[in-house]
Amino acid sequence: MRNLLFLFSGIYFGIVLVKSEVASWFRIQEMFRFQSIHMFGIIGVAVAIGSLSVFFIRRLNLHSVQHETINLSGKPFTRGNVIGGILFGFGWAMTGACPGPLYALLGSGYFVIIPVLLSAILGAYVYGILREKLPH
Amino acid sequence: MVPVLLMFGNKQLGVSSSLRHLCAACLPGKAEYFNYDWKKESWSLYLALGIIIGGWIAGSFMSNPQGIAISEATKADLMKLGISDFSSYIPRQIFAWDRLLTLPGFLCMIVGGFFVGFGTRYANGCTSGHSIMGLSLLNPGSLIATVSFFIGGLVMTWLIFPVIF
Repeated sequence: MRNLLFLFSGIYFGIVLVKSEVASWFRIQEMFRFQSIHMFGIIGVAVAIGSLSVFFIRRLNLHSVQHETINLSGKPFTRGNVIGGILFGFGWAMTGACPGPLYALLGSGYFVIIPVLLSAILGAYVYGILREKLPH
Repeated sequence: MVPVLLMFGNKQLGVSSSLRHLCAACLPGKAEYFNYDWKKESWSLYLALGIIIGGWIAGSFMSNPQGIAISEATKADLMKLGISDFSSYIPRQIFAWDRLLTLPGFLCMIVGGFFVGFGTRYANGCTSGHSIMGLSLLNPGSLIATVSFFIGGLVMTWLIFPVIF
């Protein structure tokens, strides 16, 4: 049952990524050139909704529908946030896509994105192999 | 997205971890990083599958015949780099099967894709996990990661694109 929820959340997210044009290579270029407010507006609205949700969950001590305490702990800082972050930034500008849009573009019928996605999976795999040797 | 996943699934939004779970499921190895029960994290794969289906729905039944209204300034900048076809979500002059072995095609598709996978896992999150979920939590590491994403993207766009195109 829960998995259906995640599936439907994904479907909604996929539609939003395509219809809001976040999945467009050109919109990402526009963002990195500061020539439109489009992407900043979308990310800003998403963060605003997210922050309000977190605020109310904390304030009202809300639990999930399974009566669990909701995990609101942030990911710990590592040097990987900086080094990996910059490398991902390179890839974000080159592919014009982060992982979500890669999946959404594939679904939209841009099959030429398949080698990009496979290369991203390979990148995750190589990171897993080299992890112990990298500074964190 | 964020409130639904938190309230109904007790999960923090994040897409790039699905790349890790795919590796753990399909590419078994001795690396510690993939040595865990990926089935417990299968929610992330359902989310990814949903995004693919959502992309299909949006692309098949909700497509906008008008195309994307990119700003004229961006169009002018990209024309200088030799990109003149703005009709699609991706520049067809770079992202095409027969461009895979050209320098810009190989760099943008293969090397770029590799950076997306390697970088997001090294940074422990991507735009959704750090920039949306992490910033919503006011998590300092996520702010640093988001700034780093932008440093990488700006360096690539302004300094490296003019060299490779």
